[in-house]
Amino acid sequence: MSPLHLCLALSAALFCTGLVAVLIRGNAILVLLGVELMLNAANLNFLAFWRFGPGGGEAGLVFVLFSIAVAAAEAAVGMALVIAVHRHLRSIRIADANRLKG
Amino acid sequence: MLHASHLWLIPALPLLAAAVGAAAPRTARRLPVALALGAIIGSFLLSLAALAGALAAPAAKLTANFTWFWAGSTAVRLGWLLDPLGALMSVLVCGVSVLVFIFSTAYLRDDPRLGRFFTCLSLFVAAMLGLLVANSLLLLLVCWELVGLASYLLIGFWFERPAAAAAAKKAFITTRLGDLGFLLGLLWLFHATGSSLFYDGGAGVLEGGALERLAATTLPGGWTAATGIGLLLFAGAVGKSGQFPLHVWLPDAMEGPTPVSALIHAATMVAAGVFLVARVFPLMAADQGLGGVPVHALTAVAVIGSVTALLGALLAVAQTDIKRVLAYSTVSQLGYMMLAVGVGAWEAAVFHLITHACFKALLFLGSGSVIHAAHHEQDARRLGGLATRMRFTYVTFLLGTGALIGLPLVFSGFWSKEAVLHAAELWPVSHLPFLAGLAGVVLTAFYMTRLVSETFLGRARGDGAAHAHESPRAMTLSLAVLAVASVAAGWIGTPAWPWLQSQLTGAPVAAHGLGEGLGLMILSTVLVGAGIAAGGWMYAHSPRADDRAPDPLARRFPGVFAALVARLWIDEFYAATVGRLLRGAAALAAWLERWVWGGLVSLTGRVAETTGEVNRAIDEDGLNTGFDRASDGLRDAAQRYSRAQTGEVQGYLRAVVVGLAVLALLLVWGGIR
Repeated sequence: MSPLHLCLALSAALFCTGLVAVLIRGNAILVLLGVELMLNAANLNFLAFWRFGPGGGEAGLVFVLFSIAVAAAEAAVGMALVIAVHRHLRSIRIADANRLKG
Repeated sequence: MLHASHLWLIPALPLLAAAVGAAAPRTARRLPVALALGAIIGSFLLSLAALAGALAAPAAKLTANFTWFWAGSTAVRLGWLLDPLGALMSVLVCGVSVLVFIFSTAYLRDDPRLGRFFTCLSLFVAAMLGLLVANSLLLLLVCWELVGLASYLLIGFWFERPAAAAAAKKAFITTRLGDLGFLLGLLWLFHATGSSLFYDGGAGVLEGGALERLAATTLPGGWTAATGIGLLLFAGAVGKSGQFPLHVWLPDAMEGPTPVSALIHAATMVAAGVFLVARVFPLMAADQGLGGVPVHALTAVAVIGSVTALLGALLAVAQTDIKRVLAYSTVSQLGYMMLAVGVGAWEAAVFHLITHACFKALLFLGSGSVIHAAHHEQDARRLGGLATRMRFTYVTFLLGTGALIGLPLVFSGFWSKEAVLHAAELWPVSHLPFLAGLAGVVLTAFYMTRLVSETFLGRARGDGAAHAHESPRAMTLSLAVLAVASVAAGWIGTPAWPWLQSQLTGAPVAAHGLGEGLGLMILSTVLVGAGIAAGGWMYAHSPRADDRAPDPLARRFPGVFAALVARLWIDEFYAATVGRLLRGAAALAAWLERWVWGGLVSLTGRVAETTGEVNRAIDEDGLNTGFDRASDGLRDAAQRYSRAQTGEVQGYLRAVVVGLAVLALLLVWGGIR
């Protein structure tokens, strides 16, 4: 197993953990955490291909920096949504937010 | 002075009053009355101005023509005509109308439909004035029919009374028979000359070229077109002017309010026929000089006029209703006018028309005053003794009577009747009209003496007469003015000073002095005296004791009197012939309607019904069921599909993940590199 394969396996495990969390957790904050895990799995892939991959240049590293910044913004928006839902429904269970009607 | 192009203002004013009155709410009683009075006074002043304009140039036919519309390349033209005949008649109509309007304000003061009455009167006056100033036979016909309509509305003004409604219908339908002839004559004339204008700078139908053409056109049987058209137009005049054999409607028309009888059925409208014949006199006379014409139009006019003059006077003798006596008297006097036209003296006819309008309006308004005072009692047998109770009405009625029977030298009727009889005496064709006229003079004096005696002399024979009082000021005022006119109107056309005749003909008529026709004057004075004496001896000398006492005439000549009371069974004759014919035709039409046309209509209806039934079945059972089923299916599918829309975000995500996984597997299997 090369280091690339090890990294990719770790990344896949991380992605699956995140995906499972997103799909089965009822708490909206935990779902957001799952999303962050999936994002970080993707970041790990970028880094792995940058470090061990065939191509040259620093594109992978720059992508990761952008991705982290965007993830921070996304997390902020996600938390704001969760708070708004909580104010509205007095609950952060994602199953409760099943109507578009306000 | 009024220019011909402004003549339309004269009929327009009352027409406007009628229009506003018709639109006014029914509760507004004063508005239509005030409007009608204002309009008629305005028209009176305008027609005086028109008369001044016409008299400035009596021979000139001042016209203002315009094109009404184009039918293909044929222009239908109308116009206004200013000549002494029309202008004098306008002044007469307006003058009598003003007085009758004033009289009516008192006579109908308590009637709930006062506004409607004045609206109809205004409409009548507008139509009559339009008829007088029209320079087109077509326009004249339009106004003629409008006059008939107004007459119908006014005769049937008290339409709650079946007799009034029936009289209105009778008047309308009977005159319509004559109008049919008028219409045919108009169409024939238009076909033959291409114009309906009377005077059109040489191209009118009453001017040289057209008349020569009409007189030169001969029909099978030796008739000329002028004769045919003249007779057809005369048929219209026969209907409107109550000439025999269409006179039957005029006495019945007395069911209308008395002012209506005075204005329409004595003074003005019934004279429209005479006016028409006088207006188209050049056309009527176009065949006069021609040999080989079997009937001259004017000869027919003279014969009909003579028959009517005598018949009307005869029938008036036996009537007991005041207004009916006067109505038959009107028929008779109209006969005199037609007689005068027929013997060629149309200016004498117009003269008699004018004087007759004054004194007959006076007599009718006088009878209205009596009827009003006697609580709507108009049977002379139940009146009597009114001379002392209604002195003013009595005196004016006497003056009117004097004018009607032609008391010599002072009264207007004397001069105009002399003019008529003088012309009849000189007629070369036959002496019968002259003799009929003389007989009428005796009868007129007789029946008027009888009427005055029965109504005013003796003692009251009924409650109405016993409690009668003189009528209000508005009525007596009109009576006074008309009384003055009845006496004085004759002075404009005496043989010593024939002003009217020269103005009408547009050429100076020589003044003969009273010597001309002196023998005739003496003869007719004797005849009048004989009539008065006979009437006075029978009626005034020994007035009837009570309302059931038989008439003195009935005691002496029971058979004749019964025939006259039954109006010579003319109405019954019409009912038995024309009436039965019409009833038969109506029955046939009803049968056809019920079984033939009705059957066809029912059949059509049945077919349509069946078609509708089939359509309904297709619709309900075929189309509707199909659509229903399709809609139900659609709804069920949508319902089932909508169950997937749970709103559960994670459920959707799961579906996305499964989809992605399947996609990835497919791609892998598909050999992605």
